[in-house]
Amino acid sequence: MKRVLMICAIITVLTTVGIVYVLFSESYTFFQTVPLSDFLTDTEWTPLFTDKHYGILPLLTGTLLTTAIAMCIAVPMGITIAIYLSEYAPKRVRSIVKPLLEILASIPTVVYGFFALTVVTPFLQQIIPDLSGFNALSAGLVMGIMIMPMVSSLSEDALYAVPKSLREGAYGMGSTRLQTSFRVILPAASSGIIVSVILAFARAVGETMIVAVAAGQQPILTGDPRSSVETITTYIVQVSSGDVQHGSLEYNTIFAAGITLFIFTFILNSVSFYIKKRFQEKYD
Amino acid sequence: MINSEKNRLKDKAFQYFGLGCTILGLLVLAVFLGDIIMKGIGRIDWDFLTSFPSMRAKKAGILSAWVGTLWMLGLTAFISIPIGIGAGIYFEEYAKKSRLANLLEINLANLAGVPSIIYGLLGLEIFVRSMGMGTSLLAGACTLALLILPIIIVSTREALRAVPNSIRQASYGMGANTWQTIWHQVLPASMGGILTGIILSLSRAIGETAPLIVTGALAYVAFVPSGPMDQYTVMPMQIFNWISRPQQDFQVNAAAGIIILLCITFLLNGIAVFLRNRWQKKVKW
Amino acid sequence: MEKLSIKDKKLEAINLNVYYGEKKVLKDVNIAIKANTVTAFIGPSGCGKSTFLRTFNRMNDYVEGFRKEGDIIIDGKDIYQKMVRVEDLRKKVGMVFQKPNPFPKSIFENVAYGLKIQGINNKQLIEDTVEKSLKQSALWEEVKDDLKKSALSLSGGQQQRLCIARALALEPSILLMDEPASALDPISTSKIEDLIWELKEKYTIVIVTHNMQQAGRISDNTAFFYMGDLVEYDETKKIFTNPEKERTQNYITGRFG
Repeated sequence: MKRVLMICAIITVLTTVGIVYVLFSESYTFFQTVPLSDFLTDTEWTPLFTDKHYGILPLLTGTLLTTAIAMCIAVPMGITIAIYLSEYAPKRVRSIVKPLLEILASIPTVVYGFFALTVVTPFLQQIIPDLSGFNALSAGLVMGIMIMPMVSSLSEDALYAVPKSLREGAYGMGSTRLQTSFRVILPAASSGIIVSVILAFARAVGETMIVAVAAGQQPILTGDPRSSVETITTYIVQVSSGDVQHGSLEYNTIFAAGITLFIFTFILNSVSFYIKKRFQEKYD
Repeated sequence: MINSEKNRLKDKAFQYFGLGCTILGLLVLAVFLGDIIMKGIGRIDWDFLTSFPSMRAKKAGILSAWVGTLWMLGLTAFISIPIGIGAGIYFEEYAKKSRLANLLEINLANLAGVPSIIYGLLGLEIFVRSMGMGTSLLAGACTLALLILPIIIVSTREALRAVPNSIRQASYGMGANTWQTIWHQVLPASMGGILTGIILSLSRAIGETAPLIVTGALAYVAFVPSGPMDQYTVMPMQIFNWISRPQQDFQVNAAAGIIILLCITFLLNGIAVFLRNRWQKKVKW
Repeated sequence: MEKLSIKDKKLEAINLNVYYGEKKVLKDVNIAIKANTVTAFIGPSGCGKSTFLRTFNRMNDYVEGFRKEGDIIIDGKDIYQKMVRVEDLRKKVGMVFQKPNPFPKSIFENVAYGLKIQGINNKQLIEDTVEKSLKQSALWEEVKDDLKKSALSLSGGQQQRLCIARALALEPSILLMDEPASALDPISTSKIEDLIWELKEKYTIVIVTHNMQQAGRISDNTAFFYMGDLVEYDETKKIFTNPEKERTQNYITGRFG
């Protein structure tokens, strides 16, 4: 029986090996044709056009732009809500709000995409007249709403885990709740909060459907949130839903894009895992 | 004294700010659901559920999509549940504190954070191409199964960990071996937690779109799949397809489809929460 | 026990009833505590002595279901009145807890914390106060060379003295101690006890303890609580040698509790 169970566990390892193998082998073919230097420095990404360029930068900036917008919403809001729920809110409020926020987190991302495209963009267009129909801003904002519960929930767990005695110590010296939260509890829970932010970041980088629906499919090297951008994930979707011949260079581009994404999230996940392990037992 | 008044004011201000943020978050949720319901509820009728997609928005339905989703749900569950529970048991009960266990641990944490579309690329190369499954339900289900495996494993482990060691020792004390102890004592005691995790992960799976686009779910399917090797579409695919059309009527279809998808998602989540609460009440160590 | 004049009363509870939800945890307690004395609260666990201690700096305020009747008077003022700011109250009424709870900051920052949250930025003043407080709590000699070190690296006894220093930095006039030595080894305990004896010159100290020898060693007066009642309150010497109530006698001699 032990052996059967072990095989189950090994499947998780095989999955990782499979991912790494697939990404490397397919992009190896890609990089035999396109030099890595072009890939990293060329400022255009036009594999599907006649004038082909293979610079990942436009996709990368598109990804980072939407992610940055999302983080601007999710981090301040998520941490504020976490502090409010853990340090201020009565138990009853906490027990109602937490499950409601979990609902936000359980909504399929394609649904968020619909929301971004049909509600947020038209709304923003009234405020910002030259906002394009597909744009980084509304995709980013909605993505921020999507990952916010992740930040608030993980941060709240971290805050809640800070021993009560520290709170009492701070209150006993005449701290207000705000001072207790920011000067004592938040620093004590910092590793958990950093982990939540990193994981949310990784999630935003890898998010696909919101950007595919609402951010557009134009790989433009820009930092302008009003403009339409294409992310790495959108590009993969774009190619996959079209007719691209297996074994062609176009086909291989999605793996080159994929490995860029994978390396990114791999680093983020590893850092968060390290932080979690390192600081876990501080209060035991 | 002046300082302490200032501090009090700041404290109050933050309290209202925090409350405001919380309400804002919930308000977005409400606007969001309200908007979709307003747009789509009128479109839902028997025909919508029993028609195939169509070029004409008003005649289009989601029959192939929800049947596809059910197939996908069943197949994914069938593949991922035994493997997930098995791996969870191995991690928690057998592989403690070896170097291999540590490696498995790091690996698992990383897998949980791999973007779903990367799983799509894996599925495309391995299941669709190398194993020759083509763009079938099975290929999609295998991909989704790998995707939710880390979630099932993690929740299984948590559930197993919640079983007190005294139960294990009592069982060993009566001469049971490890597997007998797990099978007769630990698993039944942790079933609630494991089930909750499985249902939550399945609700995640039915909302996934990206990996299925990559592994070749079709955008337009005018038949009901009859076996795991058939081609298919699923609810989120169909919704994505409708969202991408410029015509207003298709947006209405998308909203209607979303309502049904959300109903399924919330139903599954509701069951999971119910199970969790029930189990927590029943079993108090 | 001598009758205190109004001027001598540092702390006073008048007809105090405390409830947690439906449960009445303190029943009609009356007590008056003299300035610059050490008063010990003793009694079996669950008798309400800790709850009582925490009404003096309103630490119970955040406990859900907490409700009280009657008054707590400090320096002639009712501290539960609306206009009283708990933050200011707690600066005046310092507290040391059962388990040492230094903040996860440096030793220096721990002691400086109380000044900083009041918006005091004068570096010299902060440094002086930190040194003075650490000297008062008899920790200065042990830590003066590594004030930058994390407070969590100190031993349990040192941590507790740091917590005392932290409270003293605010220059309170009253120090509440909730079983401050219960988590410490005997040597650390005796250091804390010596410290309490010295601190009494400047502060009014109220200490909750379940250790009766400790109460006998360090306190001037002792109050014995049982099931929410203040059974007996008198000079420590009298409580331990010649208590009036039989229940006190039984507890002191270890027949129950």
